[in-house]
Amino acid sequence: MYQYDTLDKEIVADRSREFREQVGRRLAGELSEDQFKPLRLMNGLYLQLHAYMLRIAVPYGSLNSRQMRKLAYIGRTYDRGYGHFTTRQNLQFHWIKLRDTPDILDHLAEVDMHAIQTSGNCIRNVTSDPYAGATVEELDDPRVWSEAIRQWSSLHPEFSFLPRKFKIAITAAPKDRTAAKVHDIGLMIRRGRDGQLGFEVIVGGGLGRTPYVGPTITEFLPANRLFSYLEAILRVYNRHGRRDNLYKARIKILVAALGAEEFARQVAEEWAKIGPEGDLPDTELARIRGAFAKTAFEALPAVSETFEAAKAADPALARFSRNNLREHKKPGYTIVEISLKTVGETPGDATSDQMDAVADLAERYGQDDIRVTHEQNLVLPHIRLDDVPEVFARLQAVGLASANVNLISDIIACPGLDYCALANARAIPVAQQIAQTFADQEKAEAIGELKIKISGCINACGHHHVGHIGILGVDKKGEEFYQLTLGGSGAEDASVGKMLGPALPYDKVAAAIDTLVEVYLRERQDGERFLDTYRRTGVEPFKEAVYADAH
Amino acid sequence: MPTLIKLDAGRFVLANDPFTAVTDDEGLPLGDVIISFTRFQAEGERLLAEGRAVGVRLEPDEEVEALAYDLPRIAVVAVAFPKFRDGRGFTSARLLRERLDYAGEIRAVGDVFREQAGFMVRCGFNAFEPSDGSTPDIWAHAVSRHRHVYQRAADARAPAFLEREGG
Repeated sequence: MYQYDTLDKEIVADRSREFREQVGRRLAGELSEDQFKPLRLMNGLYLQLHAYMLRIAVPYGSLNSRQMRKLAYIGRTYDRGYGHFTTRQNLQFHWIKLRDTPDILDHLAEVDMHAIQTSGNCIRNVTSDPYAGATVEELDDPRVWSEAIRQWSSLHPEFSFLPRKFKIAITAAPKDRTAAKVHDIGLMIRRGRDGQLGFEVIVGGGLGRTPYVGPTITEFLPANRLFSYLEAILRVYNRHGRRDNLYKARIKILVAALGAEEFARQVAEEWAKIGPEGDLPDTELARIRGAFAKTAFEALPAVSETFEAAKAADPALARFSRNNLREHKKPGYTIVEISLKTVGETPGDATSDQMDAVADLAERYGQDDIRVTHEQNLVLPHIRLDDVPEVFARLQAVGLASANVNLISDIIACPGLDYCALANARAIPVAQQIAQTFADQEKAEAIGELKIKISGCINACGHHHVGHIGILGVDKKGEEFYQLTLGGSGAEDASVGKMLGPALPYDKVAAAIDTLVEVYLRERQDGERFLDTYRRTGVEPFKEAVYADAH
Repeated sequence: MPTLIKLDAGRFVLANDPFTAVTDDEGLPLGDVIISFTRFQAEGERLLAEGRAVGVRLEPDEEVEALAYDLPRIAVVAVAFPKFRDGRGFTSARLLRERLDYAGEIRAVGDVFREQAGFMVRCGFNAFEPSDGSTPDIWAHAVSRHRHVYQRAADARAPAFLEREGG
């Protein structure tokens, strides 16, 4: 966890005070809603179907226990006792009163948190690998770069009124848990042939109405030239991105229109003019690296007798361990992923009590470190294997022990028509029905990794384009219908899913998913995931089965 | 007459505006004028020869580099914000200061409100025609709201990483 210094704290405090004044002017009637809208949107405050929604930044999905407890407190005091973790690793409260927001921001500032740039046409919260600093796979700790980008992009004087919102993801592991290739900029940390650290830079990926897997515009950017290069990309975009049509304003449209090569050339030209002047000094990068709280790992044996014995005695713990634990870089430690996809619950929601429980676990067993994943789960990145049985028991006690990470019921869903003014259809109840259909854990494990992603409208907040199975809610003459896509992926093997066939009515969706899974189980060859089978067989067997059933 | 606020030796003051802003389809009044770049290309030479001070209005879709040759004789660059959401003017101002070394007046005109004041000053603007009724005091308050900044820009402020080195 990056430790704020006085400057970081004062920057957040000043922003909070500014927003208090703006809300004051609105409440006093000095500002109309029209005038206030852009101001509140610059601070993550949306007006939704029933109330205001406040989106709080969780930079690169990293929280400590004090921050998590503060979120729990805000949920209890100003909302309805829960919050919603998002696909951008942020947290949203959906039942907020305008007059409370300045106080909420002050509470957040107390624990070095804020809502800066969680909406608006600016550089949004940078997202990163939730296993950063813990996974064996990584080349470097991407949080250092994420924090440097957070600072550079915060209240940027030139890039706060871009053509459209701008999202950056950064990962240092070959297995991509950030969906980097469908971001405005995806940064993948690489080692050059001489061992030097650098970035593969991917620009112009995205979802929404026009999904693209972003092209790589530079294979290897030396790490110390990152900030001048980002400035060059943003400047080319700020000057030349379309502003005449909201739906064509993202950088992906500019990159596609110019072609990746020409876009890269323009960036290179601008980059040469900026020069190293635009880079962050190495001393500052070193300072940021040093400002991350030290993790204190003990020398432990790779195998924990306690853990092995507990697993052998408790099949539920064994199942949890198979599905929710990931390899840690230190022997005797593990990464614990906490599923927020308990069957019957809203994907990504956590109650204030659950947040407190996770905070307690992090403090007691997990080096005070908590992460949010872009798939809307939580992570305790540093747990001793010896402590897993206790952690599991405590998670069970608060209903957070679902052993379904990466399985069919680990579904991403946007808030949909239950909350969102833009939605055409509900997303949450569809996710709940599917989760019910596959509640049998034996079966879910037999199916293996299968990513279902659901969006309630074409804006694709539920990332349906990159679901192994994607589900898109559409409105047909006032009725909710759902368009299925197959074969998408947001990971290192990124691709955009292809439409299966005509949209299905609300009550046919779960059955159709069941049919798709049956076809997969019938067709799959040695250890293939659903995605692999689909990529091998193509859409035909799936299509035939679903639409044969539908008639 | 819109209010004109100028940044003068670190202070925001109400200023008299000797310039008349003229659109392309208006006739030219006497005295100093701010005209479009197209009009400047056609008539600038003559107006300057008459001894007038001439300013140029730069629209968001106009490349600021096109002014480079004429900059020494342009008295004001009025960067237009037809909508506050259009942030191209911030880039134009920065490039004027940092790349084209323009030291004269860069004036923000159009949909200009106090929430952008700080960003504008950082990008090199030193004159403002607020459209939200801001007074120099309000403008100064808005600009000084943030004690620190994270980035280098066109102003002289030390970004956080330099402040830290100093402290």
